[in-house]
Amino acid sequence: MTTFIVRRLLLLPLIVLGVSLIIFSLFQILGPDKLLAAYVNPNVFDKLSQADLEVLKEKYGLTKPFAERYGIWLWNALKGDLGWSQVGKDDVLTAILSRFPYTLELALYALIPVVGVGIWLGVAAAVHRDKFLDQFIRIFAIVGWSFPDFVFGLLILMVFYSVLGWFPPGTLSQWAEEVVKSGSFHKITHLVSIDALLNGRLDVFWDALRHIIGPVITLSFLWWAYLLRITRSSMLEVLSKEYVRTARAKGVPEHDVIHKHAQRNAMIPVVTVAGNMVIGLLSGTVIIEVIFNRIGIGRLAADAAVQLDYATVLGTTLFYSIILVLGNLIIDILYAVFDPRVRLG
Amino acid sequence: MSEGKKANTEFIRTMRKMFRNPSAILGFALLIFFIIVAIFAPLIAEPTFFDENGNPVVYYDENGKVIKPNPYQIPYNDKIPSQPDRPSPDHPFGTIEKRDIFYGVVWGTRTAFFIGLTVTIISTLVGILIGSISGYYGGWIDEVLMRITDVFMSIPFLLAAMVLTTILGNGIDKVMIAMTVFGWMGAARLIRANILQVKEEQYILASKALGIKDYFIIMRHVLPNTIFPVLIQASMRMGSLVITAAGLSYLGLGAPLGYADWGSMLNYTRNWILGASGSTFSYWYAVFYPGMAMVLFVLAWNLVGDALRDVFDPRLK
Repeated sequence: MTTFIVRRLLLLPLIVLGVSLIIFSLFQILGPDKLLAAYVNPNVFDKLSQADLEVLKEKYGLTKPFAERYGIWLWNALKGDLGWSQVGKDDVLTAILSRFPYTLELALYALIPVVGVGIWLGVAAAVHRDKFLDQFIRIFAIVGWSFPDFVFGLLILMVFYSVLGWFPPGTLSQWAEEVVKSGSFHKITHLVSIDALLNGRLDVFWDALRHIIGPVITLSFLWWAYLLRITRSSMLEVLSKEYVRTARAKGVPEHDVIHKHAQRNAMIPVVTVAGNMVIGLLSGTVIIEVIFNRIGIGRLAADAAVQLDYATVLGTTLFYSIILVLGNLIIDILYAVFDPRVRLG
Repeated sequence: MSEGKKANTEFIRTMRKMFRNPSAILGFALLIFFIIVAIFAPLIAEPTFFDENGNPVVYYDENGKVIKPNPYQIPYNDKIPSQPDRPSPDHPFGTIEKRDIFYGVVWGTRTAFFIGLTVTIISTLVGILIGSISGYYGGWIDEVLMRITDVFMSIPFLLAAMVLTTILGNGIDKVMIAMTVFGWMGAARLIRANILQVKEEQYILASKALGIKDYFIIMRHVLPNTIFPVLIQASMRMGSLVITAAGLSYLGLGAPLGYADWGSMLNYTRNWILGASGSTFSYWYAVFYPGMAMVLFVLAWNLVGDALRDVFDPRLK
């Protein structure tokens, strides 16, 4: 197992290198003129003469061959300097790290209803196979799965914000933001709602919660379906196993058969899916953050992509791929931990 | 003769099995409905020019021939206010930004089919090519191709598509290129895994021993035996591809303003819904109709994909 982990960790830098190479070369399609726009204040840019532009291109090394420019970028990146983020108004690494807690918080909150309800519904569907409950849950799942996230998000926003006025878009209300920014508010975990509790500010906690519920409902509605389907099929498979029949035959109560004998074994594939989901939630919040106007890396990435801020795009993409690769590694390890039959190597 | 008859009854049995499932029937019915709407779009919502007063006009070129409007551009009508307007007999789905929502929803069906089918077919073909080379030859070729696949898979799909679309510039074609470039990996992995399995089967070993060319073995023996899971996967991907394309349009990266595309129609609603408060729910139709078209379209493909999977590949159930 150790060799497996080490081998995968050794592969990580290679993959990150590959990802950076892909994104870096994609940006070359733009050509030096457009790339230059990323370095120059847009208000000044139009007033520059052709000669000025040439000087600037020279200055930022945009006329150098591709390999050399990539080398320079890579060298700086290795020193921890990913460049300046115009969208984030900070250097790229700081911009990403300062937004990460917001995305993480959203993903964590979404995970609770998704895992709880998703597994519960999946088990219920499998136990009542082909009965009304099963049919109903499956229809619910496939409809949920077919909903584009932004359509559902817009509907949630219309109903809960426009009509009911319960869950406003954004991250925090103006006043709460001022409280969080003030010196007396200690940032311990950097997750706003948790920090609010630790600081004893129930009003801020409530405000953060109100803002996060809309996105959480949206994300969970979309992901329930996925988890539910896997849980259901995994449960069905386990329920047909010999040991379940044995358990029933020896008179184990039905509740124990389902929730102790079957469900524990059925959870193994669910771990993988849940892991994929955490990765998906972390990287799948782009549109949700845009719709609900929340702070987060997803929105940073979207804004950067729209404005061709390529330092930020490279930075966020690399960040996401590291999460993806590390996440997959953790899933594989967990898989082996949960199911001793699986051998890694 | 008897051979053909046997295959025929087998086919009928499979079809019967498929259509015993009510959700499969619903899926195919929805799909057929959308196909009909797409085919008869010019009859359902006729493309027209409007003059400054909002009356339909016909323009002629210098030879006296009628200039046909680009049907994928939702007609711009000055009689319609910019502000969203509720459904009326003239505009059954309402209007937004001087455009008729019904028109956009109808012609958007064609856009959805076009994007979904093109991207699915091309990316699946690329995936099959890479996957079969990788799986059949093995060794260092396999190693290199699979590491490249890993790298492509390490970038979240939406983000990658978003970045490439912005670099290439706005437009439906750019969205499709971006989604194809980052969309072939699933098919490649699946076909590779299947080929690895099939490769050791007796009949492949026998053809090799007979000295048949690699290309011929792959095309005649390996692919036909591994293609079904790939096709099922492709039909199930249609839905998510349409969602991603619409998401990009929603972010303002895909279809240009006024294009008959469900995602970019929802993009219009952004300002109206987030901007003003209080009255926003009165604009429900601007989200509801394009949104429902999208949900039903994706639902249709998901149900069809599910039905195909249940019938052709019971192992995956």
